[in-house]
Amino acid sequence: MLRLEGIGKRFGGLTALQGIGFTVAKGSITGIIGPNGAGKTTLFNIATGIYPPSEGKVLFEETDISQFPPERRAQLGVVRTFQNIELFGKMTVLENVMVGLHTQSSSGLFACSLRMPWQMKEERRIREKAKEWLEFAGITDLADVEAGTLPFGKGRLLEIARAMALEPKLLLMDEPAAGLNSRETAELAELIKRIRDHGVTVALVEHDMDLVMDICDALVVLNLGTMLAEGTPREIQENQAVITAYLGEE
Amino acid sequence: MKSDKLKFLVFCLVVFALPLPLSTGYLTNVLIFVGINSMLALGLNLLLGYAGQISLGQAAFFGLGAYGSGVLTTQYAFDPWLSMVLVALVVAGFAFAIGFPVLRLKGHYLAMATLGVGVIAHIAFNETVDLTGGPSGLSGIPNLSIGSFSFDSDLKNYYLVWSFALAVILLSLNLVNSRYGRALRAIHDSEVAARVMGVNARLMKVQVFTLSALISAIAGSLYCHVMTFISPTSFGFNISVELLTMVVIGGLGSVYGSILGALLLTLLPELLRTFQDYDIVVYGLLLVCMTIYLPGGMVRGIPALLRRLVPARSGNA
Amino acid sequence: MDLLNQITQFVISGLATGAIYALIGLSFAIIFNSTGIINFAQGEFVMLGGVMTIFALNVLKLPLLAAVVAAVLGTTAVGLAFERLAIRPLKNATPLSLIIITIGASILIRGVVMLLWGKDTQVLPPFSGNTPLEIAGATLLPQHLWIFGVTILVIVASRLFFHHTISGKAMRACSFNRKAANLVGISVGRMVLLSFVISSALGSLAGVIIAPLTMTAYDVGVMLGLKGFCAAIMGGMGSGLGTVLGGIILGTLESLGAGLISSGYKDAIAFLILLLILFLRPQGLFKKGETERV
Repeated sequence: MLRLEGIGKRFGGLTALQGIGFTVAKGSITGIIGPNGAGKTTLFNIATGIYPPSEGKVLFEETDISQFPPERRAQLGVVRTFQNIELFGKMTVLENVMVGLHTQSSSGLFACSLRMPWQMKEERRIREKAKEWLEFAGITDLADVEAGTLPFGKGRLLEIARAMALEPKLLLMDEPAAGLNSRETAELAELIKRIRDHGVTVALVEHDMDLVMDICDALVVLNLGTMLAEGTPREIQENQAVITAYLGEE
Repeated sequence: MKSDKLKFLVFCLVVFALPLPLSTGYLTNVLIFVGINSMLALGLNLLLGYAGQISLGQAAFFGLGAYGSGVLTTQYAFDPWLSMVLVALVVAGFAFAIGFPVLRLKGHYLAMATLGVGVIAHIAFNETVDLTGGPSGLSGIPNLSIGSFSFDSDLKNYYLVWSFALAVILLSLNLVNSRYGRALRAIHDSEVAARVMGVNARLMKVQVFTLSALISAIAGSLYCHVMTFISPTSFGFNISVELLTMVVIGGLGSVYGSILGALLLTLLPELLRTFQDYDIVVYGLLLVCMTIYLPGGMVRGIPALLRRLVPARSGNA
Repeated sequence: MDLLNQITQFVISGLATGAIYALIGLSFAIIFNSTGIINFAQGEFVMLGGVMTIFALNVLKLPLLAAVVAAVLGTTAVGLAFERLAIRPLKNATPLSLIIITIGASILIRGVVMLLWGKDTQVLPPFSGNTPLEIAGATLLPQHLWIFGVTILVIVASRLFFHHTISGKAMRACSFNRKAANLVGISVGRMVLLSFVISSALGSLAGVIIAPLTMTAYDVGVMLGLKGFCAAIMGGMGSGLGTVLGGIILGTLESLGAGLISSGYKDAIAFLILLLILFLRPQGLFKKGETERV
């Protein structure tokens, strides 16, 4: 589904990533792990088009999308969530999800300002669909709350609901469990599995090893901007290089 | 949805009925400018309040509209309505073209770039004396007319201008409560997140910039035909700042807020006429104080203030 | 006069105004670097410098030097009050609210000056007479020498300040990383205040030394401020030599354009340059581009 080939990224003189290459298989939940500063978020930013790679290619369903802007990748079905949650804070929870349905609708400037009949119909469909996604994430009761006032855990659920509204093929989640308590993390694990069962391939960056080992089918380990290992959770757990990187020498 | 429609209808009725009790032409005349300023403020608010992109060059588009119509009708004997349409299209095309490089800039740099566009346009109005009459202005611009019916009185012009203003208000209300308006507000809140949601932020910013220029150009055309005389002072940097003040004190991201802002800032200089020149000080104070104490503008600030006062009173009772 | 002499003449006056733009550009950069704010009221500090000197000279009957000092101090007080009353109380400052508030402050200052001293242009006599000096067939006014001298002095002084004093180094630290600066015990709030103080003093000084050449009035700040900003942008918003070069290039181009093409379009030239730079090289003329880290 998503293939990275020889990805490298430099910021000024600093090399953040080098020679990263792996594949996220269709229908899988792939975890990207590694110590702090390994370059995981940088890799996500490259995969979703926040900035282009300095070298290498990002292929999605065999199309080279390396130079595509984020909105074009979203239209193709590559969607992400953010580590620190990027909600539209001054809009309601429902409206946030309605923005998520942007690619699922098409009324432009003229149809919207002239309130054409088909635009009205589409608007009703967007609203209904958005409510369905709120239900999917279990936050229906928060529909009319201003998103900026949500507690962190609920904000995370909203961000997922909003991302799912795009009906993505691939959902990239940047540390989805960060800032969640253990009960919320358990709920999140269930939600991610439901997302996978919905036919969405999931790739996530995560620090919470219990969560990763629980839900991931495949793991990629980064260290200091390079690939350290890749394999099933069991293989990774037994990989000597990974253990050294995490626990230090000796 | 229902209450929105009702609100607009009530507003239309008020606009329609307002000149009836006014016996003097003077107030009607002031209200014409409220209408024109409402269009300008609303155009800016779509860009600034909804999409979050500042423009300090709105007066340029207003001026291009006014001078375009003025020059075409006086020097080249164009039909006023035809010239209005032509000028609006050309100004919109111009805004679309400069929109791409301009709106790639953010924040302060965007403010400076739009300001630069405004200053250059203002200099051009002053310097192209053969066309515009330069600093002494352009006079003899005909009134608009339909067949033999000429908009030659304040009352007629009032209804003419406000028909346009109401149309712009209605279209704006529709726009902001739609898929398009939501995407604009999303860009305002977090451009990165909006783009990740598939919103083509770059294009939409240019589109709404173009729309605001189009509205300003039409307002300019109306202005020149109502006034029949224009000069560069009506299209300088101060006017852009005045429009900004209207949007800020009315309420960023509120359609009726812009109307309120336009009303207040058009009436204010009239009320302050006895203290000439104080208006600039008052604008400055208003901008500073509103931004610090009432960042939501009057339309949000006053109801919030009332809410705070009312429960306090009922608690005492 | 032949063309070459004419051009020399334009270059000399261009260098003088360019030096002024450079000073104003530096004053922009100082605030920008410690706060991230582009102060739209910067031009008003420049205007205040000139207007207050004239007031101190003509009404308070102070000698020239004392009048200049009084004007610079007066403007600095305004800068201080501005930071305290308009910038500091702002909660959740966004770039948008900062733009609006500094624009508000700028028209407020302009308005008050207009009420106090009227709308007329005012004249400040040159510091040391009006007898022109002949250099290579072109004339150089004594005031030009004052401008060059003060500009060089200010540049040297600011270099010494930013690189060799504790406060200067602390301000530079803030511009690199405010959080880190705070962690090592630098009071960011004080540095912001200090940057407003230095910047307003610098701006007003520029206003004082240009006033004898161009005259002054309540509304000269807008254009001067914008051109200073243009110089700062050309120099990549740094407080160093780039901005100085930017100012000098701008001043010279403007003077040549006004002399050889048309004086009416003088200001338009500056803004065309500004737009071109913003579009093509927003990081400044002399810096290499870098990817922004998210």
